[in-house]
Parts: sequence; structure tokens; C-alpha cells
Amino acid sequence: MSMQQAPGQRATDFAATGKRLLARLGRERGPLTAVFVLTVSVTGLSTLTPMLLGRATDAFLGFARGEAASLSPAWWILGAVAAMTAVAGVGQVLLGRATTAVTQRAAFRLREDSEAKLARLPLSYFDARPRGEVLSRVTNDIDNLAQTAQGIMTRLLSSMLGLIGAVVMMAVISPLLALVVLATVPVTLWAVRWVGGRAQPHFKRQWAATGNLNGHIEEAFTGHELVTAFGRHAESAQAFHEHNSELYTSAVKAQFVSGLMAPATTFLGNVAYVLVAVVGGLRVASGALTIGEIQAFIQYVMQFNQPVTTLASTAGQIQSAVASAERVFGLLDADEQSADTEDPAQPEEDAGRVVFNGASFRYKEDEPLIEDLSLKVEPGTTVAIVGPTGAGKTTLVNLLLRFYELRSGTITVDGADIAAMTRADLRRRIGMVLQDTWLFGGTIAENIAYGRPEATREEVVAAARAVQADHLIRTLPEGYDTVLDDEGDGLSAGERQLITIARAFLVEPSILVLDEATSSVDTRTEMLVQQGMATLRQGRTSFVIAHRLSTIRDADVILVMEEGRIVEQGSHKELLNAGGAYARLHRAQFAAIAT
Amino acid sequence: MPNRSRTASPPTLVPLLKGRVRPYAPQITLLLALQLVQALGLLLLPALNADIVDHGVVRGDTGYILRQGGLMLAATLVQVTAAAGAVYLGSKTSMGLGRDLRAALFTRVQGFSAEEFGRFGAPSLITRTTNDVQQIQMLVFMLLTLLVTAPLMGVGGIVMALRQDAALTWVLAAAIPVLVVAVALVISAMTGPSQLMQGRIDEVNRVLREQITGIRVIRAFVRERGEHERFGAANTALTGVARRLGHLQAYFGASAMTVSVLASVAVVALGGPRIVDGDMQAGAMIAFLNYLAQILIAVMMAMSVFVLAPRARVAAGRIKEVLDTEPAITEGAVTGPAAAGPAPRADAPAASPSQDDGPPGRLDLSGVVFSYPGAEEPVLHGVDLAVRPGETTAVIGSTGAGKTTLVKLVARLLTPDEGSVRIDGTDVRDMDRRSLAEAVGLIPQRAHLFSGTIASNLRYGDPGADDERLWQALEIAQAADFVRGLPDGTDTVIGQGGTTVSGGQRQRLAIARALVARPRIYVFDDAFSALDTATDAAVRAALDEHLGDTARLVVAQRVSTIRSADRIVVLDAGRVEAVGTHDELVASSATYAEIVDSQLVPEEAS
Repeated sequence: MSMQQAPGQRATDFAATGKRLLARLGRERGPLTAVFVLTVSVTGLSTLTPMLLGRATDAFLGFARGEAASLSPAWWILGAVAAMTAVAGVGQVLLGRATTAVTQRAAFRLREDSEAKLARLPLSYFDARPRGEVLSRVTNDIDNLAQTAQGIMTRLLSSMLGLIGAVVMMAVISPLLALVVLATVPVTLWAVRWVGGRAQPHFKRQWAATGNLNGHIEEAFTGHELVTAFGRHAESAQAFHEHNSELYTSAVKAQFVSGLMAPATTFLGNVAYVLVAVVGGLRVASGALTIGEIQAFIQYVMQFNQPVTTLASTAGQIQSAVASAERVFGLLDADEQSADTEDPAQPEEDAGRVVFNGASFRYKEDEPLIEDLSLKVEPGTTVAIVGPTGAGKTTLVNLLLRFYELRSGTITVDGADIAAMTRADLRRRIGMVLQDTWLFGGTIAENIAYGRPEATREEVVAAARAVQADHLIRTLPEGYDTVLDDEGDGLSAGERQLITIARAFLVEPSILVLDEATSSVDTRTEMLVQQGMATLRQGRTSFVIAHRLSTIRDADVILVMEEGRIVEQGSHKELLNAGGAYARLHRAQFAAIAT
Repeated sequence: MPNRSRTASPPTLVPLLKGRVRPYAPQITLLLALQLVQALGLLLLPALNADIVDHGVVRGDTGYILRQGGLMLAATLVQVTAAAGAVYLGSKTSMGLGRDLRAALFTRVQGFSAEEFGRFGAPSLITRTTNDVQQIQMLVFMLLTLLVTAPLMGVGGIVMALRQDAALTWVLAAAIPVLVVAVALVISAMTGPSQLMQGRIDEVNRVLREQITGIRVIRAFVRERGEHERFGAANTALTGVARRLGHLQAYFGASAMTVSVLASVAVVALGGPRIVDGDMQAGAMIAFLNYLAQILIAVMMAMSVFVLAPRARVAAGRIKEVLDTEPAITEGAVTGPAAAGPAPRADAPAASPSQDDGPPGRLDLSGVVFSYPGAEEPVLHGVDLAVRPGETTAVIGSTGAGKTTLVKLVARLLTPDEGSVRIDGTDVRDMDRRSLAEAVGLIPQRAHLFSGTIASNLRYGDPGADDERLWQALEIAQAADFVRGLPDGTDTVIGQGGTTVSGGQRQRLAIARALVARPRIYVFDDAFSALDTATDAAVRAALDEHLGDTARLVVAQRVSTIRSADRIVVLDAGRVEAVGTHDELVASSATYAEIVDSQLVPEEAS
């Protein structure tokens, strides 16, 4: 999660993504209608105000010149404006609330949909890309969208309507002056494009520099121990300062050029103001306009310019939001895993008999991994999977748990084809301990009860005790209520491992999958763990992945894997006698220990 | 700077930037001057416009109208130039401050010991140095370009209004404080929810992060529904706060608009009769209306800065936390191992000969005590240990026995509370990093490779090593075969974190990297555990053959890895429980015997 995409990367298909984004907002029909109605009325009222104030001014002036008999029209107008303002104020509050409802509901649903999508994606989706990238889509991108949406929606809609209202009123007062003001629009658009075009290469350089700097920081920090131990602080700092200066130089330019957008549009607005002041002044002098009209007109010029400035300053935000939306939609559109069958198979018993029948699998089309594997595993027996690092030992686990689907052949559990079972039913029968000791941010008790949230405290403690984790947990300051968090919860790898073992124990599965579970628990802790494991394995079918031969010697069947394939299969004695890969592995282990 | 901007700066931002802005004082002063000029330029327009109406229009003086129009155009040009200058200085200052903050953070983190580093964790430190600084940078930029104009426009507007008509000025003088109070009220009402919102966003993101990293466990334990509910609760909580914030913003917008329109009405209502009485001219009234509009725009712009403030405040707090962490280890005096260290302690272990002579490659720990801050018990209670050239000293023990801490003390990633770590008689506290690195080669538990090629990684400890030495090291580490098998050999590019090689391969490259550096003392921190047993044995055999005269400290979990060590130190709960060879320890140490038993099947253990 450390590296982030440069904010403001361009969307590849701006129009399509923008449309889809609007369609999602459109689902909030009720509040959206309210937003529209309120915006029209509030903007309408505020558009009338300058005109009415102008009339009031003219009424005063008319009285002063003796053209009007009384001041009461002026007072009436002012009273009306005050009343309208009060109504518009209330309307604006309601509008803000409605806008919030629309955008926040849309953001809520987008998060909800993305999270639900994560649950439906096949594991291959997660395995195929860096986790940080997936994470960035569901967190940074959605945050960016939600944050931008509200601001933009409020401003965009009222700006557009304010703009239209101002143009209409200007045209009503003086078509000539309105033309003068509108003539500045193409110039403004050109200026916006010019600044945008000038800023783009600087932004690219800035993003590139940011990427380089962040990359260097990431490396220097994740490798902190090595940089220190190898005495490379000076070199690392040197490289850092180079990247840092480069980022500074490019960032100043990018910020400056893009920051010019606001003064540029203000300037053009002011030019329009000056033109109106001069041309309007001449028209008033010639009697074509009244003072009140020129007063109103100047206010409309401001009302006209503000949206232009707003639009210019939000252009970058909109682009970045649409680029984020595109990435989120990319996630939402990804292929999902097949749905569970309508009429799922149900094993008639829960004994833990597993049969591989001509099972074949490959991750890549042209690289066969498991070909025609047949294996009968009786209830309560242990299958050990051995082989060097990277031999593909986790593939079997992936298949058994249906993280990945077989290409051909079947795997049955207690007589039922796992492909015909619901995934939930299959997985409830299997307890798993992975090498990666994933625990979520909750208490230790909650983590142990992860597979059975309804378990009582007694059951949790009993499970911990069975796998020899109870003592370790009790030495922690809060015992079972110690909260685990991401940053340094003070648990060692071994202790985390014990918790995951207790977690698997508590679900009382008929089948166990132990994926190198013991490799990071050190020797003495492991001894305790193994006693617990022995208890755990009793009466359960176990698939154990381990490097250490001593832990798997008692296995009923040993599968020896090399380069993703099963090269040997048999009992310890059979395989020793066969003198193949297993015999070689065995020699390496015991030549070292037992002389 | 006027008062209002001070309330705007989040409290944590002030201490963070105080002192750091000093080098930028001249350019900030210039920036403020430019902002003043551009504010005056903006405010001059209504005044000149008033002149056109009152003097040009009324008299029908076309020449005057054009002249004043020219002045307005000039004011506009001055304004845009000043504004552009302010944007430039604002960019320089904010990006410069960002650069300085990043440099300060990087330098500070580099000096952290393993313990201080672990307190934050790498991902968090990376975010703090990159994203958090970016937040500050952006806020400073907006502060300097948008926020400061609001008070200038407010004060300037009143001054200019006074020039037009003193009696009407009180409308402005009343409207501006009302606006300011309204803004202040809304902002103070928003502070709580904003911080809450940040917390809720973090919570949602945490759940999502856990769902992605724990996907296999979640599916295996069939907890999709429970996770969905957990997420739903976090999402609902976030949406609730977001709506509250949205409502507050609505009140702000509505009140700002209402106040300014009512002020306009007041201007006309009070100005009208004054015009009728001949006390004031129509142009002045138009100018007043325009001042109001300009001030409103400035306040709205300033408001957009406040939207960023809560995030920046959190970021500033996180940055400050790092900068306020004083590293426990400071660089020692630059002395080589030849120089005399502090008075050596006499209670060195039995195997320790005299401190100042003998072949190089001696490592001695004497009476080392180390506790992590806040811990009740020290991790190491007076550990003595000796490693001699040509010998292998192994350390074995259970989780929490202090093995990794011991390694970190040798590499000076931590520094002992009591006792000393000496290399060839010199206390490591008196050695500079470079000479310590030349003496000690660390092969860490988690083999981390830097992005670059295999060759650049191998040369990490000695940039001058030739290819022959690289291959020699690869051979010993049993990595030559797979590197040869790669299409680009040692020029193969390794992704960040070494993602293109497997765990076992990475570990072997890490061993080779230490070999290339040719240190006097090797420290293997459980470096063989990622290797399968066959490779483990082959690597150790090759090391025995080639590293005859160097000293080796091996921390391991497998008995097979350390069985042939010259000296095995059994560490238990931070104390040396026993020292001896495998055979001696099997007979004499109950702890060691237990460990052996756990790893061997009965017939082999006997």
C-alpha cells in the first residue's frame, strides 16, 4: 500500500467512464430529483437578485431626479429580495443535504459493490497482481472519488446553472454587452487549454520524479537493516537527495504552471469587467442603459466569471477522479469465479475421505503441472507433501480448497465431487494453517474463534491449550483480549503461528491442510506445537507440507514434488527403498544430523 | 500574517513548520507583498468603475470613461502579474518545505535502530515520508496562494469602502465579522467530524487491506459473510460521518450566500436614501456591491483550504511523531578497529583470550543486557559469547530467547544497555559504520534484495568486486546454477523486493552477497531456514570449505544446521543456558536435548 499511483493519471476513456459514473449517481433517483429541483430554484432566485437590486437603485435614482413620486417601489423591491434570500438560504441548506445524500449513498454503494466483488473474484486475480495494486483500487481510488464527487457535484451543477442564468439576464439587459462578455469565453477556453497543455509535461516529470523518489524510499526503508549493516547510509542518502532535488525542481514548475490557471481566468474575468465598465459607461452616457442596469450587469459578469474559474480549477480534480473511477470499474468488471451449483452435492458423511481421480491442472496453458494424479486418502491418514522450495507444493492445497479449479479429472471428499459441492460446504470440512500467519485486527480470542465466531471463551481457551498456545497468550499483558494490529503487536512469528494453529483446531475439521506451518516456529515451540498437532491430527485426514523430514516420516503417503510435478508417491520405507528423489532428500537431512 | 490565518493553521502544523520556514522568510515576505498588490489591484477595479459611473457617465465625458477604463486595464495587468508572482513563490516555498521535510524524515529514519524502526514499520514510514509530506506541501501551497488573500481582501475592502463612503462602510464592517464568525463556527463544528472521518476511512481501508491480504484464510474458514458484515459496519459508520460533514458544509455555503446577499440589500437600502439626499453617488454604491462580491469569493476560496486541513493535520502529526523520535544509536567516533576501545571488561567468556592481539576476526560479547523500551524483562540478561577466526559459533534457542536481538546487537542495529560488543577488541560503539560493515557480514533472516541486477546486489557490500568474485560467491552459495540458467545471468534484473526469484533463491543470493564483501566475521541470522535440507547441507559444506579462516556466528533453528559447529550456545529466556559442542550438550544440557529430540525420530537421536 505504500506506492500509490500518481494522482491525476489520465483516464484512457474519459467519456465512457464519466458516463458510467453518472449512471451510478443516477441510481439515487429520489435525492437526485431533489438536487435538481432545488438547484434550479436556488439558482433562479439568486440570478434574479442583481436585476431586482438594479431596479431598486433605479427607483431611488428616479425619485432623486424627480421622475418618480414615491420611494415605496424601491422598498417593496428590497423587501422582496430579502424574503427571496431567506427562501434561497433555506433552499440551499436543503440542496446541500440532498447533494450529500446522493454522493454519499453512491460512495457507500461503490465501496459495498467493490468489497462484494472482492469476495467473488477468483484467487488467480489476487495471485496475478501485486496486492498493493488491488488495495490501491479499493482504497485510494474510491477515497479519491468520494472526496471529489461531493465538491464537484455541488459546484458543477450550480456553476452551470448560474452561468446559464447570468447569460440569460445579461442578454435581457443588453444584448450588445452580453456579446462583449461572451467574446471573452473563447479566450478563456484557449487560456485554460494552453495552461493545461503547458502543465502536462511538467506533471509527467513530477510523477516520474515522485515514482523514483518513492521507489528509493521504499527500498531504503524496507532494506533498512541491510543498508545499516552494510554501512551504505552515505550512498543511500546521496541517491535520495538527488531524487529529492529532481522532484523539487519538477514539482515547482508543475505547481507553478497549473497554479497559473486561477490568476489567468481571474484576469480574463477582470478584462470582461473592464470592457463592461467602459462600454456600459458609454451606453449609459448615451442613455441606452440605466445606472441600475449597469449595476446589475456588473454583478452578472461576476456571476458569469466565477463558474468559469471554478470549472478551470476543478478540471484537474475531475480528470483524476475519472481516472480513479476507471480503475475501480476495471475491478468491478473483472471475471468472477463460477457460481456454486444450484443443486449442490452433499457428502453423506463427514469422515474425511479424499480421492484424487485423474486430476490435472496447470496455471499456464503451455505448462502442465499436475497431470493425471490419482490418490486415495483414507479417513484419518496423513499425506506428506515434500520437495524443495518452489516445487509447487501449495498447488495441491489450492486445488483441494478449490482456490483454483481442476482442468480435468475430479477430487472427491467423502464421495462427493468437490466441484459439485458449494465452496462453503467444502471449506468448512477443511482446517488450514498457512505459512503466512494472517491474523486480523481484533483480539487474540476473536482471531482464534475466526472460523467459529459463536465459540465460547472456554472453547477458545481449550483450543489454545490443546496446541500449547495458552501459556504464551497468558503471558501477554491483556491475555486473550490483547488486540492485534498492523504495526508491531509484539508477537513473534512463532506466537502468531500458534494462534493460527489454534484457529484451525477450533473448527474441528475432518480434513487438515498444514502448509509449511511449522517452518517458522522455532524448535522448542515447535515441539509443543507438534504435541498439539498430534492431538489435532487424530482422526483427521491431514495434508502436510514441510521441509523437515522428521515431521512427515510417520505419514501414510508421501508425495515428492519437483518443479511443480509429483515425481514420487509412497510410504517412507517404500520411497527409501526406491532410491529416488526422496532417498536423496532423506540422505541430505540425516547425513547432517545423525552422522 | 493577520489573525485569521493563524486559526486556520492546524495546531500540529505550526510546531512542525516552525523553524523550517525561516529560510523561506524572504520569499514569503515578498509573496505577502505580492498578494497585497494583487488584492489592491482587485479592489481598485470597483473604485475606478465608480469613477466612470459618477464622473464619466453622469457628465457624458467619453474621454474620461476611456481614460479610467485604461487605468482599470492597467490595474488588471498589475494584478495578474502580482498573482502569478505569488503563485510562483508559493510553489517554490511549499515544494521547498516538502523537500526539506522529506530530507529530514529520511535522515532521521536512516539513523533509527532496529527497535525504533520496528516501532513504526517500513510501510508506515514510507507513507509518512511520501504521502503525508505531500499533504502538507499542498496545504502550504493553498495557504499561501488562497488563504492569505481572504483577510487581505477583507481588510482592504473596508479601507477602500471608507474612501467611497464612510457611512455605508459599516455595512461591510458588520457583514465581514458575521461572515468570519459563520466560517469559524462551521469550521470548529467540522473539526471533530473531520478527524472522525479520517479515522473511519482508515478503518474501512484496514478492513479491505485485511480482506485482500487474508483472502485465502477468509475463504478457507468460510468467513466471507462475516467479513462482509464487518466491512458493512465500517462503511456505514464512514458514510454517517461523511453525511454529517456534508450537512455542515451546506450550512456554510448557505450562510455565506445569505449574509452576502442581505448585505447587498442593506447597501442598496441605506445607499438609496443617501443618493436621494445627495450625500453619495450611484457609482459608490455599485462599488460597494462589488466589494461584497469580491470578499465573498475570497472567503469561499479560503474555505477550500479548510477542507484539506484535517487531513494535513493528521499527516503533520504522523510526520512529527517520526521526527520527535530520538535515535538511541549515534555515530561513534571515527576510529578503526586498531584504535584502543574503552576499558575492556574482564568478565569475558572463558574462551576469550587477550583483547588486543591475535588474528583479526574476533567477536566478543560480554555481559550484554538489552531491553526493549517499555518491556518488563530484558531480552538478554548478561550474555557472554566469543567467536574466533576459523571457528563457527552457533546460537540456538526458542522463540523469544533473544537470538535475533543478539544478531542485531552485533550489527549495531541495536545498542546494549549494559556490557559491550567488541570486534577485534574495539567496542562497536567506537567504530564508524563503514569499518563495522567491513568487519561484519550479515545474512538476515528475511533475505531482502534491492532493485537492480543480480550483480548490483552482489556488489552491495563491495562495489569494486570483479565478476570472478561474484561467481565464486555464487558457487559457494549454491546459486551459480540457477543464475547461469537465467537468460541474462548476473545481469538479470531483480524487481523491487526481489520478486522475480523464489524465496530459496533469494536467500542464496543474500548469502553470496555477504561472501562478495569478504568480511572478517559472518553472521547468519537463521539464514538457512528458507533452503530445503539438501541445499542447506550443500551450502554449509561449501562454506566450511571456503571460509576456513573467517569467524562465523550462526543462529539457527534446525539442529542439523549447527550440529558441526565448534561451539554451540544454548540461549534460553535471554540467558546463556549452556555452551559446548553437540555431543557435550546432548549429554549435559536438558534444553538442548529437548530441542534435538523434537527434531529427530527416536532411533536417530540415540
